[in-house]
Amino acid sequence: MKTLILSIFLLAIFSNVQSQGYSIGDRAEDFKLLNIDGNHVSMSDYPEAKGIIVIFTCNHCPYAKKYEQRIIDLDKKYKSQGYPVIAINPNDPKVVAADSYDKMKERAREKGFTFPYLFDAKQKVYPVYGAKKTPHVYLLKKSGNDFHVAYIGAIDNNYSDADKVTEKYLENAIEALQENKNPDPAVTKAIGCSIKTRKK
Amino acid sequence: MKIYYKLLIILFLFSFSASPKLEIKILNFDQFKSYLHKDDGQVYVINFWATWCKPCVEELPAFEKLNAEYRQNGVKVILVSLDEIELVETKLKSFISKKGLKSEVILLDDPDFNSWINQVNLKWTGAIPATLVYKGKNSSFHEGSLDYKQLLKMVKSKL
Repeated sequence: MKTLILSIFLLAIFSNVQSQGYSIGDRAEDFKLLNIDGNHVSMSDYPEAKGIIVIFTCNHCPYAKKYEQRIIDLDKKYKSQGYPVIAINPNDPKVVAADSYDKMKERAREKGFTFPYLFDAKQKVYPVYGAKKTPHVYLLKKSGNDFHVAYIGAIDNNYSDADKVTEKYLENAIEALQENKNPDPAVTKAIGCSIKTRKK
Repeated sequence: MKIYYKLLIILFLFSFSASPKLEIKILNFDQFKSYLHKDDGQVYVINFWATWCKPCVEELPAFEKLNAEYRQNGVKVILVSLDEIELVETKLKSFISKKGLKSEVILLDDPDFNSWINQVNLKWTGAIPATLVYKGKNSSFHEGSLDYKQLLKMVKSKL
């Protein structure tokens, strides 16, 4: 009986940890998701990368839209330095039609995305990360063959007006990694659109 | 015929002055903060939402019902809109009139989110909708949608 209670207890802790997603320092599991060009993309497709900027984002969310150009600029600036952007749409298009795979293709074409825009069609990847909203950034750092989470949170501190930004959290975090330092802050928060799932 | 026109104009002007003008408080976080720490014996229900947020709009009737049924029993509902300040006149005000919202609406205009989200609640990741219910020091927080039953449960534990 005692073992049963103990194992239920441990299971509860374990599942709790699972549902909370990644913390700073955790190893990020690889994924394989469909890109808007019809190919699948994994982190292992980037053997030369020093890190990866994983951004959960989508088409419909006003906050996500406000950051589209800034994400393109980040990719242009940091891809050549070894930190490419991978964007992932975690939303169920049955809940928000504007976030369908076809609409993703359209949006990427209109805006001229320079990075892969992947579809988490089975909604299996975002819970592993613990993403709760769009946009939600995970900056990963390569060590050996693995990627580890180095920064979680916001891109900067003013979604509404890029010219009024006073803290470029994500850029500062990338630059910290380039100097072999730990990002500070390593975690920030921003208002975002909840990730859309069907009610169970 | 002229008299009709004059009458129409007078009626038109009258209808304008008669309908109360919708005023919305626009606050930054420092100005808003006191709404999170009232200690006057009332239960405060603070809901963070936006007009474009589908799950937020879907749960508004539950908050309106709570406001209608419990306002007299010491429950104060405050709907904190995170809409952009530029859209207050064009979108937020017309939304409030169209839906006939009776609860108090405040616009929280402070895009430096990281500076204040943890001051609302440490558990909040920043996704909306999100709701804080408190009475004095006794508070509970919920991120995500609420139906009336769930909302009432949060409130009743504090009444």
